[in-house]
Amino acid sequence: MSVRPMPMRDALLERVCGAMAQDRAIYFTTADFGSPVLDRIRGQYPDRFANVGIAEQNLINVSAGLAVEGYKVFAYAIAPFITMRCFEQIRVNLALLSKVRSINVNLIGVGAGYSYVVSGPTHQCYEDLTLMRALPNVAIYSPADHVTAAALLEPCLAQAGPKYLRLDAQVLPVIYPTQAPDLARGFHVHRGGGRICLVATGFMVHTALKAAQEFAAQGRALGVIDLFDICRFDAGALRHALAPYAGIVTLEEGFRGRGGLDAMMFDFMAHQGLDARMLNIGVEGDYRFELGTRSQLHEQVGIGLDAASRGIGRFMQAVAG
Amino acid sequence: MLISENEAILEGEQEWLRRKARWVWRETLRVHRHAPETRLASSLSAVEIFVALYYGGVLRFDAAQPRWQERDRCIISKGHGSICMYPILADLGFFAAAELSRVCQAGGILGGIPDPVIPGYETVNGSLGHGLGVATGMALGLKGRGSERSVFVVTGDGELHEGANWEAIMFASHHGLEHLNLVVDNNGVSMLGHTEDIVSHDGLLDRLRAFGWDCGQVDGHDVVALRQALVQMKAKGQGKPKALVAHTRKGNGVPGLEDEDLCHVMNPKAELIDRLLQESA
Repeated sequence: MSVRPMPMRDALLERVCGAMAQDRAIYFTTADFGSPVLDRIRGQYPDRFANVGIAEQNLINVSAGLAVEGYKVFAYAIAPFITMRCFEQIRVNLALLSKVRSINVNLIGVGAGYSYVVSGPTHQCYEDLTLMRALPNVAIYSPADHVTAAALLEPCLAQAGPKYLRLDAQVLPVIYPTQAPDLARGFHVHRGGGRICLVATGFMVHTALKAAQEFAAQGRALGVIDLFDICRFDAGALRHALAPYAGIVTLEEGFRGRGGLDAMMFDFMAHQGLDARMLNIGVEGDYRFELGTRSQLHEQVGIGLDAASRGIGRFMQAVAG
Repeated sequence: MLISENEAILEGEQEWLRRKARWVWRETLRVHRHAPETRLASSLSAVEIFVALYYGGVLRFDAAQPRWQERDRCIISKGHGSICMYPILADLGFFAAAELSRVCQAGGILGGIPDPVIPGYETVNGSLGHGLGVATGMALGLKGRGSERSVFVVTGDGELHEGANWEAIMFASHHGLEHLNLVVDNNGVSMLGHTEDIVSHDGLLDRLRAFGWDCGQVDGHDVVALRQALVQMKAKGQGKPKALVAHTRKGNGVPGLEDEDLCHVMNPKAELIDRLLQESA
């Protein structure tokens, strides 16, 4: 069965729009950021839609107030703006407040990593996993395709608390053509075998799958795991999945060594008593203003398919040696 | 005794309100004497505001059910400067009066800055400039449900330097949130001095009017006038959010503290507090 790829945001908003017909407690807020499906939402449910304007601090505050009054809120903006412009509003009025009052606010950030390719570093987002991970009671979802993004509606509606959904701005290939992954598990094993497993999130799952395919063609097996729930995955199941491996490679479209997926996996391995060696593939260096395709930009900062494959190749030798 | 929502109140009720304000002023001094970590000066400028709101028949609430759906919401954005709410909430039965003897102590619920673990507090306060935006969301939600309940927000004037307030101020008037009521405790002093010397709020009423708000002002230490202004503000519709600027003195009634540049961080000596308590008894 083939599923035509579509933007993650439209896949998710399509489902939110459908849910709004049944559930009058769903409210949609945006900081003047749209999509074709959003036009339907604001057309059909003007009484449960608010555009706060280009004002992310108020987006969070208004969403928190709505949630206190019992609404399930989806707040929508560009990823770096909805996480960084208003970080303290998220901390105080979502993370702290949710410890005392039951509130359900789902932050939808569009523009993971380099997905706003030509817009430069203001619109690209390499720090959000680090920052949102620092808030211990905020859930983080980082889907790799629109099927996963659409399936996130269920936990968003069913579970209270603040959540951050990190969506890619580009249309990515479908990796779950028949059914969405098991969200309660938080990760999905795409390939098993070998002595090394690639643990990737978001766009980098596609890079990991391509790298693994290339190595497989040379007769060298690699495991590949899509970790789409960064905080609340089934730890026992992930431990079980990773236990056979001698080496783990993390792949993220965010700064390396600054508290993102790599730090999370170091912590996880240490707590689980797993002693596999680690390689972290993430954005090297700091900010850049060069233009290029996404894959060119990725190669420049060490997370492109070629750069990643070279690193993985060396790591395989080191682990084998 | 609580005063009804009627606009006019009797002479005896006015006197009762004044006595209540005096009592809260004294109890606030007492709390601060036991817990000098609390912010006294910011809390003394707001005494009459909270007395008028809670005893003057302005707010609808049920101390036995602090989250009663049909309550008016009161968001205390200047959390640090609301220690005077501790004796008020205890007096009204939101929590046991015994809590007042363990402010800032392990096991207590009343901290140096109030949090919503305290019955009667709605939101997380302390970090300034958050309350108005959250209150705006609450007012929008209540409007969406067709509720007639009001949302009050008490801010200081210093915290209006936070830009997020002005995002909310624009949003509230655009959406005609006529059940949203802002009360500014305009004591004119933030941490490092008078706001007019820091970044001036000169013409605050005109500024708020220019943003589409219905505005008034009042002597913030005249509890009867305040109560009257708050009742009238609450009753007004006209499709606009409303603001009342209460002109107050930071550290009101405490010699050496009142309106001093650095009164925000000043703690009067225990002997002075004892003397003031004795004199006002």
